[in-house]
Formats: sequence, structure tokens, C-alpha cells
Amino acid sequence: MKMSPLDRVLLLVMGILAAYQVAVGIDGFSTVPIIAYTLAFGVLLVAGLLLIILGFEVLDSPIVVIVSTVIPLSLSTGLVWQHFASFRISYLVFAITSFLAVTVTRSIPMQNKLPVITIAITHGIAGMTIFLLPIILSIQGLTKPLFSLVGAGGALIGIGGLLLSFLKTGRPILSREMILKILPRLLLLMTICFVAGFKYG
Amino acid sequence: MTALATQSETINRKSKIALYWSLTKPLQSGLLLATGLAGYMSARCPIFSMGTLLGLAGSLFLAIAGSTVLNMWWDRDIDAKMVRTKKRPTSAGQVAEREVLRLGLILSILGIGWAVAMNAFYGIIVFAGFFFDVVIYSMWLKRRTCWGIVWGGISGAMPILAGRALGLGAVDWIGITLALGILFWIPTHTLTFSMKFAKDYTDACVPTFPSTYGLGVTRATIAISSVLAALMMVVAGYGIGMTWGFLRLLGVLSAGLLMLAIAITFNPSERVNFSLFKYASLYMLAAMILVVIEAM
Repeated sequence: MKMSPLDRVLLLVMGILAAYQVAVGIDGFSTVPIIAYTLAFGVLLVAGLLLIILGFEVLDSPIVVIVSTVIPLSLSTGLVWQHFASFRISYLVFAITSFLAVTVTRSIPMQNKLPVITIAITHGIAGMTIFLLPIILSIQGLTKPLFSLVGAGGALIGIGGLLLSFLKTGRPILSREMILKILPRLLLLMTICFVAGFKYG
Repeated sequence: MTALATQSETINRKSKIALYWSLTKPLQSGLLLATGLAGYMSARCPIFSMGTLLGLAGSLFLAIAGSTVLNMWWDRDIDAKMVRTKKRPTSAGQVAEREVLRLGLILSILGIGWAVAMNAFYGIIVFAGFFFDVVIYSMWLKRRTCWGIVWGGISGAMPILAGRALGLGAVDWIGITLALGILFWIPTHTLTFSMKFAKDYTDACVPTFPSTYGLGVTRATIAISSVLAALMMVVAGYGIGMTWGFLRLLGVLSAGLLMLAIAITFNPSERVNFSLFKYASLYMLAAMILVVIEAM
């Protein structure tokens, strides 16, 4: 499916927002969250640029599944490191192990369901962390209310991840055309939620 | 009848201006101009002058456009043999040869003259860029050796060096590093083109890296030069005094370039070549924008 000029503009705006977050939006955080958020928004930025350059065909590459785990894993690591001090090391170990597991199970051909289970566990835990943690923190009054926007971004990234994962397994929830049509809008909305949530939260 | 003649004359003039404009390769000239402006802004001149900035933009654009037009005039015979370039106004015969030569000379003289009038040292660097491009690269080496692109690269690196020299009044290590960044970036552009249009170059008897050393060596050269370009830009960014946030962003963009360089080496394909080619242009434009924003 050919990418429309509007899709390119939306992805460009998403890229600019991600670039802003890397350059300005995470200043003042400690080292690990800075690295984690730089990874997350950096992948979003480069992925957005590659989508603009190559079109939606780039999503057919097998590396997309591996790269797309970097965003939720690193975002959730940053959040846990900042707000859940007692789980820092254990979550960091989980994030690194999960990434390695996804890379290995996606690189070696396997007949069983291990690759799917690995992806499901990784996205499930990381996605729920990004979705729930900011909302709980803002409800408890530990952060400003608008920090819950990061949780909304987490929900959107989860929806996007699910749509793409099912599309790649050959059992799409929506038609390929519909998924590709909403993807740029979803990515932009998600990035707006993250950037606004970190800035005003 | 007179009204009709006037209308037709206006259309002719408009189409001629459009042809002249296309001879200057506006996108390429624009990107090189952007590097010159970024070089000037990177100097963080103590006394910022809008007049100087406009003078820099005007003189550089005229000099770059002039040398581009002269290159097209010189290469019109080989352009006519290549599918990619045979529709250019020079090779398609839409503009007379003498007219193209005249246009190239006028633009170059105006650009270099304006540059020298602004600042002799800056003017010499602009002239050096013109000389390396038109005389050394196009007229002397392009048809003799595939290594001619190094000189083409050096001329491409001159605008950023000139811009910084105009701002500082001298050439410093940061200016040289920025220029090296451009020099190493240019092969990602030219070598990708020479792979994509290999047959064209062979038909026109222009030696290229792929025809001389093979595709493997060419891809490795592209990968190494991309890595070096990214490294130079990060080092220059650090030297300019970029904040950590901007350095992080430059690092992220450089990582994208490195990733594609690795992909072109280990998993080469037409698509990866094309994406590296496009990404490298975006990378350089983004790096220049970062330098400018940082300096403001």
C-alpha cells in the first residue's frame, strides 16, 4: 500500500516530537532513564524516518519485530527506574533478558510456539507497566495528573503492537489496508501522549 | 496579435527561467548552501550580522550554482549517453551550449566576486571549492579515475569550511572536522548512485568504484565512510559545544546511519542501498539544522 503525503507529514511530525524528547524532554533525569528514553524515542525517530523513506514495505522486514520490542522495554525500564526504586535491578534484568530472548527466538527458525509466547510475555509486561504505572502514580497524587498521558500512550503503543503482531502472524484483526491507514495517526497520537505526559506530568 | 506575442514571450521567459533553475540542481545546491550557513552559525559570531548572513547565502548559492551549471556544460556529452541524465536541458538540447557556459560563468564570477568582496579569506575558500569541483574533478579527473570523487567530495566540503571561516576569520580544527564530516558523507551519495546506475556510467565510459573495484569494495567503502561521517559530525558537535541533549540526538541519528551501513555490508540489496542514500541526505540536513538551532 502506497503511503500518502498526509501519512508522511504525520510521521515527520512524530519524528520531530521524538527528536524533541531526546534532545530536550528528558534533560535532568538520571543516567539510566536518560539512556532508556533515548533508546525508546531514538528508535521511534529512526523508524519514522525509515517509514517515510521506504514506505510501509519496511514493516515486512523480519527485524521489525525485534526492533519494535525496544520501544516498550526501554520506556518501561525508564519508568520503573524513576518511580519504582525497589524493582530497578530486577526490571532491568527482565528487560535485557526479554530483548535477548526475542532476538534469539526470532533469529533461529523454530516450529513450536516459543517465539509467540516470548513476544506475548515481553509486550504484555512492558505494555502493562507503561499503561498502568503512570495512571496509578497520578491517581495516588505522586505525580501531576497529566502524567497519566504516558499511560494513554502506553495503551496506544499496545494497540499498535497488537495490530502489527497479528498482521505479521497472518491473522489480522483489521485488514492490512486499514491497519496501515491508521498506523501513522496512532504513532503520532502515541508520541504526543508520551511527550506531553513527560512535559506536563 | 501584439498581446498574443507578448503572452508567448512571457511564457518563453518563464520556461527559460525554469530551465536555468533546473541547471543549478536546486536541491543539491540548497543542501550545500545549508552546510555553509550551518558552518557560519557554528562559529557563534560575537557580532551577528544579518547582512553578512545574507551575503554568505547569496555568494555561496551563486558560486555553487555556477559551478554546477559549468559541470553540466562540461559533461553534456556523457550526460547524453546516460539514461538518468539524458533529459537534462544541456544534453536534451533545450538550452544552447554557449548559453549554458555563459550562465555558469556569470553565476560563478558573481558568487566568487561577491565572496571575495565580503572577505578575502572566505572568498579564497569559496574559489577553492569552485576550482576543485569544476577544474580538478569534472574537467581533469572524472573521466580518468574513479578516485576523482575524492576531489568532488573536497569541493563539497568547502561551503561549510568557508561559512565557519567567515564567522571566525580563521580555519580551526572544528571547521576541518565539519568539512571531513561532509567529505566522508559524500561517498554514501555518489557511490550509491554509481551502483544504481552502473550501466549508465559504463556506457558513458566514466570509471566508477563498482566498475573498478567491484560491488563488495564499493559497499564496504560506503559503510566505512558513513561511519566516519557520523563520527566526525559527533566530534564536531562536541567541539562546537553542543548541549548533551543535542549530542544525544545527533548520536541517535548517527546510530541510524551506522545501522544502515552495517545492513549494506552484511545484507546488501537495492532497497538498503536506496534507504542509506536517502537517510544520509536526511542525516546531513538534520545535523546542519541541529548545528544552527544550537548556535541560536
